Amino acid sequence: MKSNSSLRLFVFLLIALGVVGLALGGYLAPISRIIINPVVSAQGWLAKRYQAVQSLVTQPEDVTSLRQKNAELEAENSRLQVQIVELQQQVIEAQLLSTLVDYERKHVENQYSAASVIARDVSPFMHYVIIDRGSDDGLRRGMPVVTNQGLVGNITSVTAGASRVQLINDPASSINVILQQSDVEAVLNGQLTGELELNMINQNATVQAGDLVMTSGLGGNYPANIVIGQVVTVRNEASSLFQTASVQPAVDFSQLDIVLIITNFQPIDISPLIPAPNTP
Amino acid sequence: MIYLVGLLLFGILAILQSTIVSTTPLLLGTADLFLLFIVAWALQDRVDSSWQWCLIGGIFASLYSALPFGAFIVAYLLCVGITRLIKHRIWKAPFLAMLAAIFISTIVSQLIAFLSRTVLGVSMSLIEVLNLILLPSLLLNLILAIPVFSIMRDLAQWLYPEELEA
Repeated sequence: MKSNSSLRLFVFLLIALGVVGLALGGYLAPISRIIINPVVSAQGWLAKRYQAVQSLVTQPEDVTSLRQKNAELEAENSRLQVQIVELQQQVIEAQLLSTLVDYERKHVENQYSAASVIARDVSPFMHYVIIDRGSDDGLRRGMPVVTNQGLVGNITSVTAGASRVQLINDPASSINVILQQSDVEAVLNGQLTGELELNMINQNATVQAGDLVMTSGLGGNYPANIVIGQVVTVRNEASSLFQTASVQPAVDFSQLDIVLIITNFQPIDISPLIPAPNTP
Repeated sequence: MIYLVGLLLFGILAILQSTIVSTTPLLLGTADLFLLFIVAWALQDRVDSSWQWCLIGGIFASLYSALPFGAFIVAYLLCVGITRLIKHRIWKAPFLAMLAAIFISTIVSQLIAFLSRTVLGVSMSLIEVLNLILLPSLLLNLILAIPVFSIMRDLAQWLYPEELEA
């Protein structure tokens, strides 16, 4: 009886080892697939139902926490979007300041003070802007205002914390200029339309489109050699005493944000030297 | 109280005009918020402070402009005078009176600005002024006239409440 049970155990172990050997060899895969697939499907079905029931039971708590989380994330999102806009603005300002600093480094003969354009003249007849620096910052009437692109204008009035700048395209603005290529001197006047016009060009002078217009320094209102713009068209009428030309300004006056004021330049008032008509 | 509100209103208008309105021109013309509010105020019933508000507006506009100091004040005083004349003529249709007053006042104020520059020796073509400044400004002012009139009517009702008969 005992030997019979030992023999049965031995046979069972042999079969078990055979089954394990077949399984390790991968021979039982089709059979196991047939057995396991229905089990997995049944387990999956049951798990889904259980999770649905579980979520139904715990949902109120989840919705509350999700809503709270959503509100927090929305607030965070808004805050970050505001931060992005602020940073973009700062990047633009930093780029602008960087170009102005480059300009300052290239023109070491001058001392500069930077200012932001905060307002424009309320009358459409006046081409003036208001900047956020005044006499407290050392600004004085007559100081030239530039950007890295070229001449903007000059300060016409100053308060403690702000100054008014007359742009070079104001109809009352008049600047002595020189054309770089041809060395011809002329007078640059602003126009109501915002354009610039060169006047008093000698009839014999050769002026071409593309000539660079710069301040000549004559008259003592501006330092010499500040870029103003380029000649676009030249008008030469035989009946007139002088040639005229229109100039494309280097500065975009509608996009003025930050400007530089040349603080070590003092304009010279030459009006006492101009003889009055009745002077003998 | 009324003058304090006027000071505050024109202070805000000066900031809006110089930072936003003046930087968004139509051709070269811009809307004139000072003029719009002064004219709309002068057209309101029971309002007896239109001259004072006109003076406040003129002073604020002069502070923000390089035009000769008196130019805006004179222009706005004339505009209030014209507006009060119009009010007596077209009192039954206040919106129509507002449009008529703005039409005439815009022309008057722009012509005074043009004359003040011309007197100071700045030569400008009248045709260019008409095409580039006067007509676009007129259009913008007329567009804004009705909303501004409604705002000022509400303000007038708040500052000058209608007295109930006993």
